[in-house]
Amino acid sequence: MTAPEAPGTAEKSGSETALIAAILAGDREKFHLLILPYEAQLFRTAFALVKNAEEAEDVVQDAVLKAYRKLASFRGDAKFSTWLIAITLNVARGRLRQQSRVVVDSLDEQREGNADFTPAALTDWREVPLAALERQEIRMLVQQAVAELPDTYREIITLRDVEEFSVNDTADLLGISAALVKVRLHRARLLLQKKLAPQLSRIAKDESKRSGKRSLFGRLSWL
Amino acid sequence: MALNCRHVWDCISEYIDGTLDPRVRADVERHLATCEICSAILDSTRNIIILMADDRVFELPLDFSRRLHAKLRDVLKHEHPEPV
Repeated sequence: MTAPEAPGTAEKSGSETALIAAILAGDREKFHLLILPYEAQLFRTAFALVKNAEEAEDVVQDAVLKAYRKLASFRGDAKFSTWLIAITLNVARGRLRQQSRVVVDSLDEQREGNADFTPAALTDWREVPLAALERQEIRMLVQQAVAELPDTYREIITLRDVEEFSVNDTADLLGISAALVKVRLHRARLLLQKKLAPQLSRIAKDESKRSGKRSLFGRLSWL
Repeated sequence: MALNCRHVWDCISEYIDGTLDPRVRADVERHLATCEICSAILDSTRNIIILMADDRVFELPLDFSRRLHAKLRDVLKHEHPEPV
């Protein structure tokens, strides 16, 4: 994954600036290199909105072509990754509008405020089952839980926890306040915890029973 | 201030992101030190966030990148970026 805030960002943005200048000066083939680090990020973001792999792929193709055509209007004061994601979100929303499948922002503030967000109280699942991600069953559980989130929560969790954009960048991308990003993110995380923690903890227990040891779900200590 | 479990749940996301006010953070930590339920909720929420960020969870369709660059190649051959 591309972590937009990773160390070396300044270096990366410097080389991106050079690539963009070269492309605009006529070295068009360099555009392939420019978008290469962001392809997966664009796909996952498009998928969070349109919820269909084929359509998400179309969205990314349209967004990347649009970014190419509009490259001269990219200003260095924004990060290139954020600019690309903003274009992808716009293209995805445009498609949803065409199909009258608007992202439903039905969770008005009052309802969000009154919702019951009690987490699943478990005392026996503390391991990080990263090794278990090799199993399709586990990946499917996580994907399904994310897919079942309300649209607004799925958008937020994708930008913040999958793509690791900052709260402020997420707020800018979605056109909402940073405070609302935090509220929705919190609820999205607790909804996922409530849904996934019991399932994953059950699998972890079965696994350790079967193997007699914690082979797949080795306990890792938290720093 | 002594917090109850519900207060701590309300703070979990900001606690994980490290954006809580230091005084509230200290209260949360005091509660977590003695409440097994809340500390398990914190751990499992953090686990799920770590899982979500793993590239293996949301895989790309086969040949996604090849198709994207093929399409791009067609356009790059014929088009310049638009002038501002």
